[in-house]
Amino acid sequence: MATFESKHRYAHLQEDVIKYLLILAATISILTTFGILFSIVFEAIEFFQLRSFVYFFTGTEWTPGVENSKFGALPIFAGTFMITAIAMAVALPIGLGSAIYMSEYASKNQRTILKPLLEILAGIPTVVYGFFAAITVAPFIVKISAAVGLEASFNSALASGVVMGIMIIPYISSLSDDVITAVPDSLRKGSLALGMTKSETIRDIVIPSALPGIISATLLGISKALGETMIVVMAAGLRPNLSWNLLEDMTTVTVRIVDALTGDQAFNSPATLSAFALGLALFFVTLVLNVVSVRMIKKFKEKYKMSSL
Amino acid sequence: MSKIKKNKKNVFYDPSLKRRHFKSKLFKYFTLSSLIVSLAFLAIFFIDMVVKGSSAVQQTYVQVEVSYNEQSAENYRDAVDKKYLELLSRAVLREIPMQIKKNPSLLGTTKVAWMLADDQVDMYMKEYYYKISNKDLATLTELIENGRVEKKFNTIFFTHGDSKTPEYSGILSAMIGTILTLAVAMFVAFPIGVATAVYLEEFSEQNAWSEFLEVNINNLAAIPSILFGLLGLAIFINLFGFPRSSALVGGLTLALMTLPIIVVSSRAALRSVPATIRQAGYGLGLTKVQVVKDHVLPLAFPGIMTGSIIGLAHAMGETAPLIIVGMIAFIPDSPTSVMEAATVMPAQIFTWAGMPERAYIERTAAGILVLLTVLISLNAMAVYLRKKFEVKW
Repeated sequence: MATFESKHRYAHLQEDVIKYLLILAATISILTTFGILFSIVFEAIEFFQLRSFVYFFTGTEWTPGVENSKFGALPIFAGTFMITAIAMAVALPIGLGSAIYMSEYASKNQRTILKPLLEILAGIPTVVYGFFAAITVAPFIVKISAAVGLEASFNSALASGVVMGIMIIPYISSLSDDVITAVPDSLRKGSLALGMTKSETIRDIVIPSALPGIISATLLGISKALGETMIVVMAAGLRPNLSWNLLEDMTTVTVRIVDALTGDQAFNSPATLSAFALGLALFFVTLVLNVVSVRMIKKFKEKYKMSSL
Repeated sequence: MSKIKKNKKNVFYDPSLKRRHFKSKLFKYFTLSSLIVSLAFLAIFFIDMVVKGSSAVQQTYVQVEVSYNEQSAENYRDAVDKKYLELLSRAVLREIPMQIKKNPSLLGTTKVAWMLADDQVDMYMKEYYYKISNKDLATLTELIENGRVEKKFNTIFFTHGDSKTPEYSGILSAMIGTILTLAVAMFVAFPIGVATAVYLEEFSEQNAWSEFLEVNINNLAAIPSILFGLLGLAIFINLFGFPRSSALVGGLTLALMTLPIIVVSSRAALRSVPATIRQAGYGLGLTKVQVVKDHVLPLAFPGIMTGSIIGLAHAMGETAPLIIVGMIAFIPDSPTSVMEAATVMPAQIFTWAGMPERAYIERTAAGILVLLTVLISLNAMAVYLRKKFEVKW
């Protein structure tokens, strides 16, 4: 009996040790988040000690390499939002349309083939999209614009925006398809029984019910577009450009981060540190988008009492 | 519907019905066409890559007489006839003095050999845009007529590292770099990810702490990848002092990015193990750790592996954070340890895509095809594993 007890005590100790090891592992993810936050914040603070905080968000001149360098990031933010807007203009209708077809019209067999096929688009590395945008799409846009008498840059915002949109299609279609499928069938049947056509049912009943999920997918898509790096590094320009013309070259936050950190400037120069200020802005915007997106999908789940999505 | 004729007595007649049905059909075609458009993008993309990359399968060689003598031991320019100099790959010619030094018995011999052609000659043979002087072009035409120019299978691409001359550059060093980096990433991310999932699913109680962990992991998955690069730069390189550009730093950075993917899929796998298994274990007097270690984890293992392979494929295609930690260095020789400077396949593709020479375009596309092949096989493997070991409870 005595030996049994001592073994038992040992087992308890072992249980505790293993449990604390598991907690330790779980803490790593929290350390990573705070690691990202602090590593960016500290360097960003250093940057804002050197350069004006207000001018960073309102200034329109970005001249890092020169003496008395100016860091007004407004044109960079504008370029980022412009390219994101183009990407969403491509991805939202196509992604949502595909999701509606897969969930409402396609048979179950078709859906099991179509969905993974679309998700291949999400699995393609972004550097590959960047090459596609720079070598195939951008020259094509230049040619087309020349044919209609417009002048397009080889680094046009349109080229990187469109390719980024293609990349985001599966992010929108996959999640939207999930939520549309999750809308209870009784709603559809009720609407059809009242004499609504299929499209009216989808437009007036299904989509409004699935709206929180669709918005969530859209926000996730926007956050992906804002943080996308390789496509814009390879296909968009370096010049901060405040313009409405989609055929001109524009730059984005991520391009300037890469440019600042791959140059041969000293690490403590404002030119290098500006990358962290831009990173901080990117971190907060994507964090807010993600938090709102998670909230929306939670609301949807509660509405239809779903456990998995 | 068509039976409801226009008739004043028919109370069911709705004048707008025809339009509504037409609209309904239109809507269906809109959704179908958007699906077709996205699949067409996929098709165009793959066709474009294959068209651009397929010519890299072959490389042009020229048959010339190489003389190994005192002069060519000093200067490679004396090894072949002067008029062929511009047609041959300089990278290969440069190796001749080294060959002589390594193997002195070559000295004084001459040999007719197939030598790697210059990239411009290669472009000419593949009917792309080329830049060759008229004099060299005349020599080349003469060589072609004598059957001394040939396209052979491009082994260099798979057996050499990066090079400043396009015809002599290959993907080998980037492949080795990718393997090293991913080995570091998985070595770190797999145990931590699985442990986190086990903790969240099996040990933690539903409280604020576990909720915080959960929200945190979800957010981690949505943080733009480039910000992980900033973390790697600030913490692993500047704080810990790990060598810049090394597979170690790249791997650690990728590990943190892969972590949420592994956690989420492992949790799903653990959750799919039915509660009866655990209850049976407890009923037999097993402790919690014994139940998890001997029963739940083995049953969830196929699902965990599937998720990890998908995470691995994800990490393999990642470029942006690796650029930030300096993994775009010029690496001609394969790295042999995780501390050495290395590059990875996507970074190699990025570097080649930025090169001005036309010959790099086919190399870039070929590199992309290699990368995509590996990625697609990894994903296929994940699907196969899931299908094979899937247990319906």
